[in-house]
Amino acid sequence: MAMTRQIHPLDKHLRLERIPTLYCPGCGLGIALGALLRVLDKRISEGTINPDKVLWVGGIGCSSRMVFYVNYDAAHVIHGRAIPFALGAVLANPDLLAIVTGGDGDIAGIGGNHLIHAARRNIDMIVLMFTNFVYAMTGGQVAPTTPRGVSTTTTPRGNPEYPVNAVKLVGSLNANYVARASVTTPHYIEQFFYKALGMRGFRFIEIVSTCPEIYGRHIGLRDPVEMYSELRKRVKYKHKPSLEEAEIDWEKGIVIGEFVERSNPSLIEILKGVRS
Amino acid sequence: MKKTFASGNMAIAEGALTAGLKFYAGYPITPSSEIMEYLAEKLPEYGGILIQMEDEIASINAVIGASWAGAKAMTATSGPGFSLMAEAIGLAIITETPLVVVNVMRAGPSTGVPTKTSQSDVLQARWMSHGDYIIPVYTPWSVQEAYDLTIKAFNTAELLRTPVVVLSDAVVAHLWEPLTLMERGEVEIINRKTPVDPTGEPYPPYKPDPDLVPPMPLFGRGFKVLVESLIHDERGFYSPRDDGYRSLVKRISLKVLKRLDYVYEQDARFTEDADVLLVSYGSTARSTYLATIELRKRGVKAGFLRLKTLWPLDDDRIRKTSNARKIIVVENNIGKIYLDIDRIFKDREVYPSPVLSLELPTPRDVLEAVEPWL
Repeated sequence: MAMTRQIHPLDKHLRLERIPTLYCPGCGLGIALGALLRVLDKRISEGTINPDKVLWVGGIGCSSRMVFYVNYDAAHVIHGRAIPFALGAVLANPDLLAIVTGGDGDIAGIGGNHLIHAARRNIDMIVLMFTNFVYAMTGGQVAPTTPRGVSTTTTPRGNPEYPVNAVKLVGSLNANYVARASVTTPHYIEQFFYKALGMRGFRFIEIVSTCPEIYGRHIGLRDPVEMYSELRKRVKYKHKPSLEEAEIDWEKGIVIGEFVERSNPSLIEILKGVRS
Repeated sequence: MKKTFASGNMAIAEGALTAGLKFYAGYPITPSSEIMEYLAEKLPEYGGILIQMEDEIASINAVIGASWAGAKAMTATSGPGFSLMAEAIGLAIITETPLVVVNVMRAGPSTGVPTKTSQSDVLQARWMSHGDYIIPVYTPWSVQEAYDLTIKAFNTAELLRTPVVVLSDAVVAHLWEPLTLMERGEVEIINRKTPVDPTGEPYPPYKPDPDLVPPMPLFGRGFKVLVESLIHDERGFYSPRDDGYRSLVKRISLKVLKRLDYVYEQDARFTEDADVLLVSYGSTARSTYLATIELRKRGVKAGFLRLKTLWPLDDDRIRKTSNARKIIVVENNIGKIYLDIDRIFKDREVYPSPVLSLELPTPRDVLEAVEPWL
């Protein structure tokens, strides 16, 4: 019997010669990427997005690598600098729709300063930050999002530091949209990303993900299904929660939802003189 | 053509505008800030955008992104900011992104003396980023040349799809001299090659033409461009094997060397009868030139060679410049370009003559530094 290749409805959004991805079995990133591509597919078929104008930009890390799996203009740049690269691109060509993907280390650690200033500027781009609480690609070092007390390869006696809450940080600035979803709630990833694609200004979505291979080892949840189930138990959706409610705590729970929705003029709108 | 009176920093800004600058991102730093301030006023009138970023790292990365979106782009800084840009200049090199970085040199290391001059970054400008590559470095000695070499830097960047460094210094930056500005059409302006219309298939952004320079597909035009910081093949796919690694690293160096005739410029005077050749560059060359004339008045057959391109050097052309027995390299640092000149003239007597002066060395300073070798 001849071998036949199965055609997936989202195949056209992928550089198929680069598939399979390097993601570990049980990694949450595939769920998220599937959700994102379903939304792009929908937006493109509705005619509200021109695929030629979509630009994916990623720094360094597992989730940053999404950009070279997708069949769009893309840039896989240096660690932490995806946001300023995307800023230069959209200022030079405001027709571009920049989607930045990166991990919590890339976006909120080494790239944290750029995150702050991009949100302050309300520069037109969508930043998708995948939080897995650890530096995974380099083998399991402590991240700015690692909860206190967790043992990692660089905090063998337990993490002595407090983690960053990126939703609260970005929400305190001038971002037009701040939301949090989880790979255990792909429908919310779709809903939030769909809405973000229709807005201007700086849009930030934190996507809490599962990393059983690296983070799972640290917290005793090495089994992908078990880790997924444990995350799902902790995730609580709230309708339009306040920033004060934006808890992200393995013990107390992880609040997801749309924390900030504003229609402040974006930097490009101001520069173009469309709005002031 | 228009005659005006300007500072070196203004001349660099004007040169960028003549070359077709459309995007500038920068961060304030002495003694380069006037370039950004001047462009903040003028660039919007030329249809461009200027943004002050949160740091120099963001500035250079924004410049790279803007270049891929189709804009001629630049940033300007001084030593500390230049050091911060090192990693991203490597990104521009491996992704073959045309752009211009101006470093207005001040005394270092570290914070050093922000308001005073130096030529201590000349080797940093070559190899500031990790990895193997060659990038062109130009160094002006006057206001007019700050203008001319900035245009040349943009042309080189566009011609060879590479980042290019303009090394000015605090003296040239704040020097005021007559300046002749050119209109577009009066001076050659080179624009990058871009592929013809997209076919719907991803375009290989690193597939070179016979000149080793790949046409550059731009964002937003349907080419499905892949800008890749990893070692990559012609499509931009990660390629961690020896053959792919070697061919990429060799090509990004060879494409520059192949056009050494275009990239390398020098200024040689009194070299035909010279027994002693004074080699210098940038602002220090102004005093070295006057010292050369003074030596000739005293009966010393002195010649003068000024490097306008600091990297890559045209060894052959430099060697053929003069038959002088003694070569003395005058520079405002601990003796850095001396290392190359010594290598190039390995059969002759080559002496370092470092001046290490926070002000422009005077012709007398140069004579004092040179005389022990005469």
